[in-house]
Amino acid sequence: MSGEEFVPLSLTPLLIGTFAAIACALPGNFLVLRKQALIGDAISHVVLPGIVVAFILTGAISTWPMMLGAAGAAILAVIMIEAVRRLGQIEAGAAMGVVFTTMFAAGVLLLEQTDTSSVHLDVEHALYGNLESLIWLDATGWPSVLDPVALAGLPPELPRIALTLLGVSLFIWLFWRPLKISTFDEGFARTVGIRTGALGMALVITAAIAAVAAFDAVGSIIVIAMFICPPAAARMMTNRLETQIGWSVVFAILSAVTGYILAGYGPLWLGAADAVSAAGMIATMSGLILAGAAIWGPCRTRAGAPNTA
Amino acid sequence: MLWDALTLQLGYNATLVAIGATLLGISAGVTGTFLFLRKRALVSDAISHATLPGVCIGFMLLVALGGDGRNLLGLLAGSAVSAWVGLLCMNWLTRHTRLAEDAAIGAVLSVFFGFGIVLLTVIQTMGVGRQAGLEGFLLGSTAGMLWTDALIIALGGAATLLLVMIIRRPMTMVAFDPEYAAAQGLPVHRVDLAMMGLVMAVTVVGLKIVGLILIVALLIIPPVTARFWSQRSERVVLLAGLAGGLAGYLGAALSASAPNLPTGPIIVLVSFGFFALSLLFAPVRGVLAAVLRHLRFQRRVHIRQGLLALAQGQKIYEPLTLRLLRRSGLVRADGVATETGKARAAKALRDEKRWEVVRSDQAHEATAALYDGLRDIETVLTRDQIAEVDRQIGGPQEVPA
Repeated sequence: MSGEEFVPLSLTPLLIGTFAAIACALPGNFLVLRKQALIGDAISHVVLPGIVVAFILTGAISTWPMMLGAAGAAILAVIMIEAVRRLGQIEAGAAMGVVFTTMFAAGVLLLEQTDTSSVHLDVEHALYGNLESLIWLDATGWPSVLDPVALAGLPPELPRIALTLLGVSLFIWLFWRPLKISTFDEGFARTVGIRTGALGMALVITAAIAAVAAFDAVGSIIVIAMFICPPAAARMMTNRLETQIGWSVVFAILSAVTGYILAGYGPLWLGAADAVSAAGMIATMSGLILAGAAIWGPCRTRAGAPNTA
Repeated sequence: MLWDALTLQLGYNATLVAIGATLLGISAGVTGTFLFLRKRALVSDAISHATLPGVCIGFMLLVALGGDGRNLLGLLAGSAVSAWVGLLCMNWLTRHTRLAEDAAIGAVLSVFFGFGIVLLTVIQTMGVGRQAGLEGFLLGSTAGMLWTDALIIALGGAATLLLVMIIRRPMTMVAFDPEYAAAQGLPVHRVDLAMMGLVMAVTVVGLKIVGLILIVALLIIPPVTARFWSQRSERVVLLAGLAGGLAGYLGAALSASAPNLPTGPIIVLVSFGFFALSLLFAPVRGVLAAVLRHLRFQRRVHIRQGLLALAQGQKIYEPLTLRLLRRSGLVRADGVATETGKARAAKALRDEKRWEVVRSDQAHEATAALYDGLRDIETVLTRDQIAEVDRQIGGPQEVPA
């Protein structure tokens, strides 16, 4: 495929998908290890009401209010889950189930109640995103990558997700030691003076930001696959956290790239006329990678360590 | 308008939906209780999302065989198969790999859903034109509900309820104490699978009304609500069924009473309303009850300490203590004890001395463990025992000259 077609039509969705996958996989590693994987599930469901409320307040689809609304909803959800869990003495999973389904239902209701026919905001889009629509119309080929005029026409999602990825990486790099210690031994982390509660909240907020930024591209459900599948697959490959994060990034990139290519070109190779959902295909590919790791991964069993003797 | 809806007078479709939603609410509440008690509430999330590929494959097969793609029975059969596959995947991941259950749930739900979305886009490009209703399974769509659809939902719900009634004992036992159940010879793994199978059945039945994303709410919220009101599992099951049924009925009625009120979300929000009321006002476990309990406790501590201070002739500085004593007529406004106050104070001090004797006596070890500074000694010792203690304390002693 030539640059004239590839750069405007496929380069930006491909990059956005990849960045989103990495930005979600990085905090996902810690969430999976802390057995908080479903926090990602809860966050991604409550992003919808946050965005709808932001839309109702501002009356327009603009980036920052929506990001703020979604992040606010994520934080509200975490606080509500904690409140329900403590006040009602309810098990964490059930508390989560109560809160995120309710907020999601409220989001759907608000969406149905407000007139969003003029703008591109509907439930299906919120659920599974629209990666294919993030095209770069100003590009004419590879030279455009260095052309400032064409670069100005980049879809705004690309710089946003790139910035998010940078922020997430920075967070993990800065708080690497406390994160690692508190993930594996929370009691010890507290005794050496790490504020585990605040750190856990910061991790959840980071995950929420990644989820919100990825939301545009892949929708709220498929974000969960990006959070959980690459880290879970990486978990089967190694017993070292550093290596696991490396693997998870590799798996994230692999699933995003193969998923996008298979969705865009796979049906054409099979003789069908139209592409299928790229976000769905990315989730499917990450699932296949996870299945492969679960069957062949060297550290897949609970006993863990590979037989090095 | 709302009254018409509540009394089922808004026409044929609204009535069908209301009846279907009520039945669905009851069976979801009852089934979800066992899942909740087993502490695996979110497994239902994985199961419900895993139905999507099945719905799509079912539709494709129906169209390929030349039938009508929207045949509810065929779609539900497909969704049941794929939910079952998802369930097995999740079980396999938790049993045979190092992944914890939460990661397995998340992986299964998102991957199956993603695959379902791929199939959905394939169907859209198949251009058969009859796929319009398929997105309705995501969030439920009750607009075009047919008599046969309602019948399927009713029969499915009833069958689920019947099965729950049959295997409720093993499920309860496994939920509360899986080790004991295993020691009793129960096949715990199979009971778990049966429980999940029932959840799957409810999910599949509920697809049409509330959709696959919100059915989780019907499985989780009513049991959590019911748990506030009772400590006995049978009662929690019944109450959960009641809460679910009521939420289904009210939700369906509300959504029929005005335009732009989608049934599924309304049912979920009504259900959450019940939950919030229970969280606040349930006896014993509710927030209000806890606050009242705390205030009562605080009052007892303050009055007790105030009485001891009065008896020993110490001045009370704590304003809350003074206020409480004054309000119960034990002290006057200037902080001097009334007659009743003096009597109660003397009694409190003597009781404290009695406790002291009891606590220093090895023979009363078990009783002494109950001492918390508030308990009346009459509630733990017999009159004879108290007399014996009093004999040890002796009468008032002569004041040395």
